[in-house]
Amino acid sequence: MTDDLTPLTVKEALRLLRSGSVSSADLVTAHIQRIDRLDRHVKAFLRFTPELYDKQADEADRMIRQGESRPLLGIPIAVKDVLCVRGVETTAGSQILKGFKPPYTATAVQRLFDAGAVMIGVTNCDEFAMGSSTENSGYFPTRNPWDLERVPGGSSGGSAAAVAAGEAMLALGTDTGGSIRQPAALCGVVGMKPTYGRVSRYGLIAFASSLDQIGPFARCVDDAAITLSIMSGLDPLDATSSDRAPMEVLSNFGGGVKGMKLGVPREYYDVKGIEPGVKAAIDAALAVLRMQGAEIVEVSLPHTDYGLAAYYIIAPAECSSNLARFDGVRYGMSEVDAPNITELYLETRRKGFGGEVRRRVMLGTYALSSGYYDAYYLKAQKVRTLIKRDFDEAFKRCDAIVSATSPTVAFPIGSKTQDPLSMYLCDVLTLGGNLAGLPGISIPCGTSDGLPVGLQILGPQWGENVVLRVARAYEIASDIKAEVAEVV
Amino acid sequence: MPLSKDEVRHVAMLARLGLEPGDEAYYAEQLSGILEHIDRLQQLDTEAIPPTAQVVQVASRLREDEPRPSLTKDEALANAPAAVNGMFRVPSIQEET
Repeated sequence: MTDDLTPLTVKEALRLLRSGSVSSADLVTAHIQRIDRLDRHVKAFLRFTPELYDKQADEADRMIRQGESRPLLGIPIAVKDVLCVRGVETTAGSQILKGFKPPYTATAVQRLFDAGAVMIGVTNCDEFAMGSSTENSGYFPTRNPWDLERVPGGSSGGSAAAVAAGEAMLALGTDTGGSIRQPAALCGVVGMKPTYGRVSRYGLIAFASSLDQIGPFARCVDDAAITLSIMSGLDPLDATSSDRAPMEVLSNFGGGVKGMKLGVPREYYDVKGIEPGVKAAIDAALAVLRMQGAEIVEVSLPHTDYGLAAYYIIAPAECSSNLARFDGVRYGMSEVDAPNITELYLETRRKGFGGEVRRRVMLGTYALSSGYYDAYYLKAQKVRTLIKRDFDEAFKRCDAIVSATSPTVAFPIGSKTQDPLSMYLCDVLTLGGNLAGLPGISIPCGTSDGLPVGLQILGPQWGENVVLRVARAYEIASDIKAEVAEVV
Repeated sequence: MPLSKDEVRHVAMLARLGLEPGDEAYYAEQLSGILEHIDRLQQLDTEAIPPTAQVVQVASRLREDEPRPSLTKDEALANAPAAVNGMFRVPSIQEET
């Protein structure tokens, strides 16, 4: 009883746990054995948390024996290396935070712990969540479980790959421009980014504070929905967290799509660089949704061509101020014996930050610097208004927006690292959702050349239940499930 | 608008980011390429458009001003690269006179 436990969904595992036929310790052992066999190929994890998972699994098994019921009691999860967990080394995929052990736990993670989840390890990501391939990790690149020569997407590539490889039943990621949805698409799993403010960001190592959101990776829509609802809701420690009820996420999400209007933005449908195989999979998905009684309508997001440009001012500007705190004084790497304080800063940051982080810090600093603020930062914020208005207009004509998540399937490792702009274009269909603060999901919708394709569903702000309803209806009608890759 | 090597040096200093040999030319080229794409924003007339800094309207909430537990000094210093007498140690910030 080992490997056969790892492809389970949370729902299936909970049934076995409740029946007493397996324990949480069995589930954890099965995952660790699979990791021992496969993760030297996939490299989804940066580190493991044996003390924590032994303790949490014991506690879960004790509660189960006492007849206690919690929504994730005994379920093994993985956590992206940007979410602080008390006493567990958390580095944001960066050398500059090597050895950092946070004195507190992120609210989103704590809520999963309170729901009974068992944390097995910390997953790899692009440094400070900046990237679309996990090649920017300060440690090593993660590989796509479906083809080890290809990237898993990013920045939450380790979390997506862990779920796809059967190394974790659930995983947490963060999404600033597509960093949950794009790797979910490339690895063939479900990944969801909530409305900005739905989940507290307390304890998340910030990249771009007006765009960042935490969300789940899972093997089915139900698992993602439950996990998201557990993390949702007001947190006094994050002033941007909303007091909307967590259960709102699940409201009528089993209702089906009959009579719903699903908008297909022509700018997304025909986006530059979309692969024919991806387009064919999306066409097939639209046909399934139509068969279920949804009306497919064409909508327009006229400022789509400006989204990437606005994003690559706003996100780097916010990152340049957020990353100012990594100065070698209070935590992390430090050139503390430098001759003066300026040298301490310069040398610590020169040694600690990788290429993409340096690029974005400089870009953001430039956009905010004297003489350029109006031309770049203010301009980008105005264009952000136009992009948000595009979505407002579109949602007057439809209940949800449907498109590909990524224009391409997983690409070969190294194929985009020399040209930053080509890497940035990976997020062209997802970053609008961040600029407008919308909830969005990516779910598997078939393959192209044997590699997974993701279907993106975006909803209006606070419309997680609408997004989940469409996703669930599609998942059932298409009978396409997130499968576990054999890897080797 | 292409970025010069001098501008790269200036921006890197503003960001307190030490550069390595060859970095000025490398980042001047890369950042210029990205800025060339970003310059398409200038095509849009945004004269009458208000800026958006925050997309979700959240009313400010106030809590009672009551003492609550926080980190102890030891916890706050636990990750310090160097600590002396319960304080973070840094190089001298003033020249001796």
